[in-house]
Amino acid sequence: MMRSFFRSSSPFRLSPFRMLVSYLILGFWAFLILFPLYWLFITAFKLPAAVNNGPFYIPFVDFQPSLHAWEYVLVEIGNDTVRLFTNTVGVSLISASLALVVGSGAAYALTRFQYRPKVGTVLVFLGCVLLAVVFTVLGVPWPLAVAVAIALFILSLFTIARRFKRALSNNDIAFWLISQRILPPVAVVIPIYVVFQQLRLLDTWVALIITYVATNLPIVVWLMRDYFASIPYELEESAQIDGASRFRIFNQIVLPLSLPGLVATFLFVLVFCWNEYLLALFLTNARAQTMPLAVVAQNATRGPQWWYMSVLVLIMIVPVIAMAIALERYIARGLLVGAVKG
Amino acid sequence: MRISPSERLAPAAFILPAVLVVLFVSIFPLILSLFLSLSRLRFQAGGLELQFVGLDNYRKLLLGNEQKVLFGTLSEPSPLGWAILALIAASLGLVIYRAARRRLSIGALVGRLFAAAVLVGLTYLVVATLFAPEGRPGTLVVTMLYVVVGVACQYLIGLGLALLCAQPLPGRRFFRVVFLLPMMITPVGVGYLFRMLADTNKGPLEPLWIALGMQDFAWSNNAWGARIAVMIGDIWQWTPFMFIVLLAAIEAQEIEPVEAAIVDGASSFDIFRHITLPAILPVSTTLILIRIIEAFKIIDLPNILTNGGPGTATETLTLYAYRIWRALDIGGSAAIAYILLFLVTFIATLYVRALRSRLGTT
Repeated sequence: MMRSFFRSSSPFRLSPFRMLVSYLILGFWAFLILFPLYWLFITAFKLPAAVNNGPFYIPFVDFQPSLHAWEYVLVEIGNDTVRLFTNTVGVSLISASLALVVGSGAAYALTRFQYRPKVGTVLVFLGCVLLAVVFTVLGVPWPLAVAVAIALFILSLFTIARRFKRALSNNDIAFWLISQRILPPVAVVIPIYVVFQQLRLLDTWVALIITYVATNLPIVVWLMRDYFASIPYELEESAQIDGASRFRIFNQIVLPLSLPGLVATFLFVLVFCWNEYLLALFLTNARAQTMPLAVVAQNATRGPQWWYMSVLVLIMIVPVIAMAIALERYIARGLLVGAVKG
Repeated sequence: MRISPSERLAPAAFILPAVLVVLFVSIFPLILSLFLSLSRLRFQAGGLELQFVGLDNYRKLLLGNEQKVLFGTLSEPSPLGWAILALIAASLGLVIYRAARRRLSIGALVGRLFAAAVLVGLTYLVVATLFAPEGRPGTLVVTMLYVVVGVACQYLIGLGLALLCAQPLPGRRFFRVVFLLPMMITPVGVGYLFRMLADTNKGPLEPLWIALGMQDFAWSNNAWGARIAVMIGDIWQWTPFMFIVLLAAIEAQEIEPVEAAIVDGASSFDIFRHITLPAILPVSTTLILIRIIEAFKIIDLPNILTNGGPGTATETLTLYAYRIWRALDIGGSAAIAYILLFLVTFIATLYVRALRSRLGTT
C-alpha cells in the first residue's frame, strides 16, 4: 500500500506522493499570488473608513461592501475611463502585433542568414547622424540637416567606407538591439518628446505605437531567436528543394512550429505596452492617455485614493487575464512531435 | 540552382524593418542625452538655456559632493568581506593566467585585464559597503543588490514552477494562468498594492506583525526592512516572466528523448539534468540577460513603496536619476543614465562573451 503511494503504476504517470508535493508547492505559490489580488479586489468595494480603520478581511462579515468607487470610476468620470481604456487596448494590441511581426522576421533572419555589416559603414553612419544632430542644435532646420547627412552618408558609403575590411556578425546586431533597452526611460524621454513634437505627432496613437514597437522589438528578437534556432533545419531545406520561397517557408513552416514562443512573446509585449507609464506620461496629453496614468492620478493631494486605484487596476487586468486564458492553450506540449519524421 | 531576385533580397527584407524602427527611435535620444549629460540646464529670462560644461556632471557624481549618494560610505571590510574579495580576485587571476597561456593577442589580453580590474573594483565597492561594519551602500550597490538577488530568485522560482507545471497534473491550466497574474498588473499598481499590504497598522498582515511582537516595527524606517520589501515586490512581479518563457521552452522540447529515457528507467533528476536543462539553456541565458538589463532600471517599486528611503537606503540608479531630474538637474540626470549605460553594457558584454566561449552558442 505504502509502496504504491510513492511509486506510480505506469512510468508515464506521476506517483501520488509526487502529485501531492507538486500540488502543495503550486498551491503555496498560488496563495502568495492570489492573496494580494484578493486584497486589491476587496479594497475596491470598501468605503474609505473600512480601509483606514484597520484590516478588514471578509465582506459582509468584517465590513459592508459598497459600490461607491465603481460608481465614481464608471459613471462620474465614466467618459474619461472609457476613452483611456480604448486607448490602452488599441495602442497595445497594435504595438504588440507590429512588434511581433517585425521582430520575428528579424529574429528568423538572424538565425538563418549571415550578415556582415562593415565597420566602416557603421562608423560613417554614426558620423553622419552626429553631424545632423550638431547642425540641428546649432540652429539649422532639421529637414535640411537630415538631407545633408543622408547625402554625405551615400557619398562616403562608396568612398571612405570601403577602406575598412573588418565586418561585424549577427551576434553584434543582436547585441546592439538588446543594448537599446539599457538606457532608462528617464534619460530618453525628453529627446523622444522632441522628436514627436517636431513630427507633430504628440498626443496621438502613432507616437505611442512607434515608441512601443521600437522599445519592445529587442525583446521579441531575442526571445524568438532561441525558438527559431531550436527548429530543425531539415524541414526548411526540403521545402527549399521543393522550390518554396523564403517568405513561404517562414510563414508556413517556421511560424506554425514556433507558436508557443510566439504566443508567450506576444503576451509579454502586450503586457509591457499595456502597463507602460513614463513614456505615456510624456507623449500624451488628453486624447491619447492610457490607463496607467489614471492609476497614478489617484494619488491625489488628499493621499492615495486606494479604493479608486483598486478599481482601476482591476479594470486594467481583467482583459489581459481573459487574453492569457484564451492564449494559454497554445503554449501546449508537443508541437514539434512528428514534424521531422513526417 | 538559380536564385530569384526576391530570394536575394530576402535577408535584407527580413531584418531592415526592425533595424530601421529601432534606429529611428533610439539613435537621436542616445546622442541628445549624451549631449545633455555634458551640459547644464539654466533658466534665463527668455526661457531655458543649455550651457556646455564638459565632464562637470560626471565629476560631481564620481568625485564631488554627490559621490556619497552614488558609491555610499566605504570603510574597512570585515574578514568575511576580505575573504570574498580575495576569492573573486584569485579566480579572475586564474582566468587571466589561462588566457595568457593560450597566447591571445595583446588586445584581447589587455581587454581581459581591464575587465578583471573593473570587476575587482566593483567587488571592492560591494565589500566595503555591504560587508563592512561602518559601510553604507550607495545607489550603485543597492541597484546591483536588487539585480543579483532579484534575478537569481526569479529564475530559480520560475524554473521550479515551470517544471512542476509541465507535469501531467490535473488542473495545471489553473496554476499556469494564476502564476501569470502579477506580470499583468501595471508596475505602478504593484507599487501601491505592496504599500497597502506592507502597512503594519491597516494592512492585512497586521495580525502577523502582532503575533511576532513587531507591531511597532516600522520596516520603512529600517534600511534592510525597506530593501527586503522592495526585493519581495520585485520577485513577486517578475517571476511570471521567467515562468512562462521557461514553461514554453520546456513544452517545446522534443518529447521522444524524454519518453525513451522514462522507458529506460531514468530518474526525473537525470531527465532534467541531461535532456531538459540542455534544451532550455539557450532560452535561459537570454532570459537572464533581458532580466538583468530590465532589473537595472528598477524604479517604480522603490519610488512608490519607500520613496527611496529611509534616506537613500532603497534608492536605485534610475530613481536617483529621476529624483534629480525632477529637481531640474537634467544634465546630472543624463550623466547618471550614462553611467548606468556604461555599467550595464560592460556587464552584458562580459556575460555574452563568457557564455559564447563556454557554450559555443548565442
